[in-house]
Order: sequence, then C-alpha cells, then structure tokens
Amino acid sequence: MRIEARGLVVRFGARAALAGVDCDLVSGELVGLIGPNGAGKSTLLRVLAGLQRVDAGEARYDGLSAAELGRTALARRVAYLAQSGLSHWPLRVDHVVGLGRLPHRRPFSPPSAADRAAVEAALAAAEVVELRGRPIGTLSGGERARALLARALAVEAEMLLADEPVAALDPLHQLRAMTLLRAGARNGAGVVAVLHDLTLATRFCDRLIVLAEGRVVADGPPSALTDAVLAEAYGVTALRGERDGEPFVVPWRAAEPNPGN
Amino acid sequence: MSARATGAGVRYGPLVAALAALALAVALVSLMVGYARLDVPAALADAFAGRSTAAAVVLEQIRLPRAALGATVGFSLGLAGAALQGLLRNPLADPGVIGVSGGAALGAVVVFYSGLAGAFALAMPLGGVAGAVVAALLLYALVGRGAGTMTLILAGVTVNSFAGALTALALNLSPNPYAAYEIMFWLMGSLADRSLPQLWLALPLTIAGWALLLASAPALDALTLGEDTAASLGFDLGRLRAQLVAGAALAVGAAVAVTGAIGFVGLVAPHLLRPLVGNRPGRLLLVSGLGGAIILLIADIAVRLIPVHPELKLGVATALIGAPLLYSLIDRMRKEA
Repeated sequence: MRIEARGLVVRFGARAALAGVDCDLVSGELVGLIGPNGAGKSTLLRVLAGLQRVDAGEARYDGLSAAELGRTALARRVAYLAQSGLSHWPLRVDHVVGLGRLPHRRPFSPPSAADRAAVEAALAAAEVVELRGRPIGTLSGGERARALLARALAVEAEMLLADEPVAALDPLHQLRAMTLLRAGARNGAGVVAVLHDLTLATRFCDRLIVLAEGRVVADGPPSALTDAVLAEAYGVTALRGERDGEPFVVPWRAAEPNPGN
Repeated sequence: MSARATGAGVRYGPLVAALAALALAVALVSLMVGYARLDVPAALADAFAGRSTAAAVVLEQIRLPRAALGATVGFSLGLAGAALQGLLRNPLADPGVIGVSGGAALGAVVVFYSGLAGAFALAMPLGGVAGAVVAALLLYALVGRGAGTMTLILAGVTVNSFAGALTALALNLSPNPYAAYEIMFWLMGSLADRSLPQLWLALPLTIAGWALLLASAPALDALTLGEDTAASLGFDLGRLRAQLVAGAALAVGAAVAVTGAIGFVGLVAPHLLRPLVGNRPGRLLLVSGLGGAIILLIADIAVRLIPVHPELKLGVATALIGAPLLYSLIDRMRKEA
C-alpha cells in the first residue's frame, strides 16, 4: 500500500497543528515520525488513519480517498495504535487483542480460524502470551502497552500507524518492540511510528520524517537528521556514533542560540 | 467469585440459557401471585378452551399483562442501561442519563394534565412515547452528529432536568390536589392494572428499540479502547450514538409510557452481570436485558406479597432493593481495587 498525503492542514482554533504537510508512506518501510512536543506528529498520524478531519489537503490510499476506499476497507488495511493506553473495562488480554479482528468479522458471527490464528500470532509477536488470561487493568504500564500493540498487530493491516508504541516500555522491551516493528516492515507491512527516543529512531528506522510546528523539516534516511535539523526542530545538539553498521544519535545538550539569527 | 478474580467470565451460551430459563420461571411465578386466589392451571385450561370464566378473565386481563409487561419493561431497562454504560463508558449511566425517561414521564403527565387521558385509554402511553421521542430529538439537536461523549452526557442531563422541571411545574399548577396526587403516584411506576392493549401498543416500539440496541454490540466492544481506536476499527461513532439514542428512546420511552418511571433496574442489572461476561460490553447487552427482566419481575412479585396498603409502587420497591444492592457492589469494587 502507498499512502500519499498532500498539503495537509489541520487547525485547532487559531493554531495550525498541521500547516501544509506532504509525505509518502509505502509498505515495507519502517518510518519514524519524530519532532518536539506539539509538532503535529499525533495529528498527522490521526489524519493518515482517517480519524481527523482536515481543513485542507488530502491523504490518498493507493490513489483512493478514505471515502472512496470505505470505512471497513480502510480499517482492514490501515491499523492505528493510539497513544493513550486506556481500556475502559477490564477485559482479558486475549479479548482485547481479539478486538483487532473486528474489521474482518461479520457482525455476530464467531471468529474464524484466520481470526484465531491472527490473535495467537499477535500475542506471540508482542510477547504477551503468558498474560493472555489476565484482565488488562491488572497489567503494568509496559505490559499493557505490549498487549495494545498486539491488538494493533492482530488487524494484520498493510500499514500500521503507531503513536508512541515504545514510550512506556523498559529498554529490553523497547529493543524487542523496535526489532518487531522492523521485522514487520521487512515482511511487507508499512509501519509509521511516532517516537521520542532519537537513539531508537535513528538506529531502527529506514526513514525519518521530522516535524516541527506543523511542517516537515526533514524527510529521509536517518542520516538526514543533521545537526542543523536537530537544532532547528529540537534545539539540541547530539552525539553521533555507529555500531555494526547501524548509525545512532544521542541527544546531548541544548543547542547554543545561533548568533546568525 | 473465581470468574470475577480472573476476569474470565463464564460460558456465554449456558449463561444466556440459564438467565432466560430463570426469567421464564419468575414470569410464571408472577402469573400465580396476586390478590385474588386463582387456580392457574384451571384458568389456563379455561382460557385456551375459550371459556370466559372469572378465572380465565383474571388470568388474561390482569395477570398476563402484568407479567408480560414486567418482563418486557425489565428487559428494556436492563438492555438500555448496559448499552448506555457501554456507549458512555461510564458505570453510572442509566436510561435516565440521556433524558428519554424524563421526557416520557413528562409526555404522559401532559396528557393526564390536559384531560386527554380520560378521552381514550391509550392516550397516556401514546403521550409518553411522544415525550420520549421529543426528548431524543431535542437531545440530538443539542448534541449534533459529531460531538463527543461528554457533550452527550451534559446534554442528556440538561434534557432530563428540563423535563423534570416541567413535570414539577405541572404538579405545581395542578388545579386540584387529586390530580397532583394521581400524577405523583403514576410517576412512581407500577405494573398494576395495566391492560393487554397497552402491552400491544408498547411492544412494536420496544422490539424496534431492542433491535437497535442489540445491533450495537460489536461497536460497543470496540469502544472499550476509546473512540479513536473504535473508529480505526471501522465503526462510525456518530451513527452509533444516533442508533443508541433512538433505541433507548423507543424501548425505554415505551416502557415508561406504560408503567411510569422505574429506577435502578437499568443501573444495577449491568453491574450485577458484567463480571459474568468478562466485562465485555457487547456480550453484556442480552445478558443485562434478561437480568433486568428477572429483577423487575421479582420486585413486582414482592410488592404484591408485602402486606402494605396501598400497594408499594414498583419504582419505590426497585429503588429500595436497588440502592443497597448498588452499595454492596461499590463496596466490593472498592475492596477489589
């Protein structure tokens, strides 16, 4: 699948959360959507998921608008993982993961063999098999984040849009989740993940889209996250390194104000 | 208790069958209980043979409407309570929260007040249904299609308070104390002296409401993870809200129109049964409806067995039973937390 977004503008009152965003997303790629707080990352993700009305511009899915594609087809092909890890009722973990199959199921028909297989695969991939019988309210924050990631994986969509999927995880599970998302992309699904950890973003992502103040300030491989972009978007300087062929960036300190400005 | 501790619930099919059997059994008990001594098998035999003996008349004209209305009204209240708690993701929601029961009560009171009630027998139920529909339309006009859950709750509280104020105004301006007394007693809710025509009037609207409410099960399940996630799973939340408001207006509006306001059933039934379905809001719908029918039938049997005259009003009895029950549930939730 290919999502093409052109000229996206979203205003909340007088403030423009997105002020003209263009981006292309294709299956098979792990894209990190990064930028400072309030840059418009979550809003962009919600627009791409068909959840947010735009004031201008459009996202097209393999050339079709969301309306042309239809609600159910969009739900099957594009999965969305919300930032908030909330569950209003203390459902069992495997029931939560099963919700990911709703776009594929006819109402009031029992889950098919494919539905059950998808749930099992998602539980295994997100490493929550042993938590499957627990009410989601009894899990720790990181365990809950993994259960909800499994819910999104269970959709088996061509594109996964994940809003901060690793923010609540401990380092080991962050590494495993990023590896999982990258493996998903290698297997043909597109993954767009909002990330705050620049080290993980530069190390694991095929491509980074940097947003600041509702605009794309950089879009390219991790090497596109230059010192100038870091200073412009985040106001920080960074250490850079490379290990086993994987580049990484570690934010280091606030950037000095540029005397040229 | 172990089901609650693990969050697993019990098997759904057997649970539905058991509750349906229990509801049927309580309905049969309700047929047998009453002020007149009635040989129910003999009355049944007379009724089926078409002999209009006194026993058959009591059964057909008094006991049967009472039991059937108890079951349908209880089902409506339990089902609508579960659906609205699922929609609003708030365990305090009940059919009153969106204002349709207040609207239905007002509609019936207006009919009574205007003297139309004396003109023909079905005037009050029709007025109640009209009141519920007007309340739902007003709610929808206030909220609009795109608005969120909090707006819906606040608009519902507004509509309910307004309907309550107008009902109080009718009492306030009542031309004679007897009329005010009648209105107050009617508002307390009762299944006594209801007729089969009232049941036939309420039933089609009620069943249409049930269909709308029950059909929302998958969307309510998806809403467990919030509105964005539900929408990303392909559900149209604007349509869902309209569907549930319409369903509750039809089912609860028709119920209140015939029986008056009966509180607590719509609040307590979902709470009692939620642990048994593993907290899944979609599966709770049918189960909570059956639970509501059982609770209401038991309460209606109780008011006939308690030797108090005049008979305890059903709304009074459900609140008297429901409030301590709800407290014990809250207490248990607090201990588990």
